[in-house]
Amino acid sequence: MIPRPFEYHAPTTVPAAIALLDQYGDEAKLLAGGHSMLPMMKLRFAEPAHLIDLRKIAALKGIREVGNEIRIGAMTTENELIWSPLLQQKCPLLVEGAGLISDPQVRYMGTLGGDISHADPANDHPALMIALGASFVLTSAAGERVVSADGYFLGLYYTLLEAGEIMTEIRIPIPAAGSGSCYAKLKRKTGDYATAAAAVLLRMQGGVVAEVAITLTNLGETALKANDAENYLRGKPLDDATIREAARLAMAICEPAADLRGDIEYKTAMAGEMTQRALRTALSRCSA
Amino acid sequence: MIKKMMVTFKLNGKSTDVVVEPRELLIHTLREKCLHTGPHIGCDSSHCGACTVDVDGMSVKSCTMLTVQADGSELLTIEGFAQGGELHALQEGFMQEHGLQCGFCTPGMITRAYRLLKENPDPTEAEIRYWMAGNLCRCTGYQNIVKAVQYAARKLRGEPVQTSYPLMETTTH
Repeated sequence: MIPRPFEYHAPTTVPAAIALLDQYGDEAKLLAGGHSMLPMMKLRFAEPAHLIDLRKIAALKGIREVGNEIRIGAMTTENELIWSPLLQQKCPLLVEGAGLISDPQVRYMGTLGGDISHADPANDHPALMIALGASFVLTSAAGERVVSADGYFLGLYYTLLEAGEIMTEIRIPIPAAGSGSCYAKLKRKTGDYATAAAAVLLRMQGGVVAEVAITLTNLGETALKANDAENYLRGKPLDDATIREAARLAMAICEPAADLRGDIEYKTAMAGEMTQRALRTALSRCSA
Repeated sequence: MIKKMMVTFKLNGKSTDVVVEPRELLIHTLREKCLHTGPHIGCDSSHCGACTVDVDGMSVKSCTMLTVQADGSELLTIEGFAQGGELHALQEGFMQEHGLQCGFCTPGMITRAYRLLKENPDPTEAEIRYWMAGNLCRCTGYQNIVKAVQYAARKLRGEPVQTSYPLMETTTH
């Protein structure tokens, strides 16, 4: 399978990439890791006349701590997330999530910004980003704007990213000390997308839930935030009964599409199961 | 008409220039222009790992990378493993431990295992299975592939190696 002909551009700076985007408009597509874009081009689902490869832009790489935030360049790969001592120590949820994405070869190429920007409901980072309270830096010729991950995903492959903008950085508030987290992902085989997955970030205080975020992957047109389940759990102990009720509330917001991974009822049931597993595991990882 | 582009890379240590359309995939350049037919086209959809090559220290599925993206890169394919008539430890391991049947997945398996052992010279069986999971084999059921990687890991660490199949000759040619 060979893509339709296109012109290839490999800018080395963000302003140069933005200038190309502005010059070619709708005819241009950005290439990050390529493991979503190139298969779509091979199948002729995408036929850009101009491909702007972001891999040579050094400024889009790297993971660093700034104040109480972790800042990650959008072109940082999944493998770099997995092996980052900073993330292992301060944001293990992102390390666990990245380790469940596709397979090793894909993780060498696949990028955090690419996964987020593509906004496939089956992509894992959107739910992880919303659970972590992340924000995204979107850069255009007019400058930078910072938007919250919660609210960024508008629909199928549809986000707040506007024409002429590139996602350049991801900012993640460092979870409070003692927090526990888990990404529970059910997939049929290595390399597959989630049948259902749940991300949980949890902080306990005095035996009850102080803070909790619950988000879901591939159970609707975008990543879902289980607000009702979160509100229900705050101030309550995390026992079998409250975990089951939280899972029921999370299942109530699911609108999965039936496909080869399962019908709507099965996927919704698995959303509940993944929510329960993620809550239990996150609790076991809380240290306060 | 889209202009062709000149791409320069090191292929198994040798400077190589190719002229390609931007849409040409690395697997096709390697097989058709460089005549390195070790990397195989299995699924053509980034699942099976038969096309795995090493690009600048990364295991990459060359069916999902454009040749123009490899400009300036160092590439290693299965053709670069044996040196001076001596098989690489991984090739010897796959032979001694019967890590292959039809052999179609083997070049990708060995190329991936090479990078795995560079990153983790003493992996557990669970680690081998996790980090080799991007390569599919339709014949062997993986048990002997895992043994082959363990064999190579021991040999590369300078430890004595012994095949699980002692009836087979252990000498290399």
